[in-house]
Amino acid sequence: MIGIEHYLVVSSILFVLGVLGIFLNRKNVIIILMAIELILLSVNINFVAFSAFLNDLVGQVFAMFVLTVAAGEAAIGLAILVIYFRGRGTIAVDDVNRMKG
Amino acid sequence: MIQVFAFYLFATLCIFSGAVTILARNPVHSVLWLILAFFNAAGLMVLVGAEFIAMLLVIVYVGAVAVLFLFVVMMLDIDFAELRAGFIKNFPLGIALAVVLFVELFVGLVVHGAGGVELGVASGMATQAADMSNIQAIGALLYTRYLFLFEAAGIILLVAMIGAIVLTHRERSGTRGQKVSKQNARRPEDATINMQPESGKGVVL
Repeated sequence: MIGIEHYLVVSSILFVLGVLGIFLNRKNVIIILMAIELILLSVNINFVAFSAFLNDLVGQVFAMFVLTVAAGEAAIGLAILVIYFRGRGTIAVDDVNRMKG
Repeated sequence: MIQVFAFYLFATLCIFSGAVTILARNPVHSVLWLILAFFNAAGLMVLVGAEFIAMLLVIVYVGAVAVLFLFVVMMLDIDFAELRAGFIKNFPLGIALAVVLFVELFVGLVVHGAGGVELGVASGMATQAADMSNIQAIGALLYTRYLFLFEAAGIILLVAMIGAIVLTHRERSGTRGQKVSKQNARRPEDATINMQPESGKGVVL
């Protein structure tokens, strides 16, 4: 039978894939944003799995809020990406040093 | 039996498409694999009876976020081969860190399975009643106990929308935009003349 451990393993693999994606594509912001989406997806799977196996709906409500934040983050991130590309003609993250941060 | 089979199918496809998302050479392919990963994650959620979140995942992620990614990837003219320059160089370190992270997460899971860690128990205040569907139960919870959080989520979306529009909006020179004040200031008597031309004479324009 499928238990909560199976779900936790799937979501931890997805989480690790997201972290790995940030590492491997260090220059390409678009892929980094997609990797962040993967991480948030794994968090959502975790929330839903715990919510279902503990029979407590709060986890699903919170998964919805995570979804909201993920959607807002993607919209703002891509908007920043578009104006950055308009000004510089590239999206290489290494060159983002105008503010000398 | 069919449930076990469906779980392994969805889980395998989800992990595989997640891996291809971060490894694909072409970002457009990445987005498409990401969509497949979201679909399979939605399948995983349906299996445990969370239909509402599953459908929300399909609508919000596949319908909005992934399409947004697709637009941006296709709109920007980027040399993606150049951006992959550090891929091979970062590979060993990335894999090493990923393995360490996964082993740590897995050890945590094993420890929990062995009974080493006591998790809290559910309060039982938000259990799904047997005669209620999933979406009904979530609605009953969301519009009562989590009403203010729900409204805060709406405000977050509003701010994100306004922010995205303000960031990407630009005034182009040479375009003829609408001038609302001028339109409102225009009166019928400025624009039209009432005359009675004699027959056969024509009118002066």
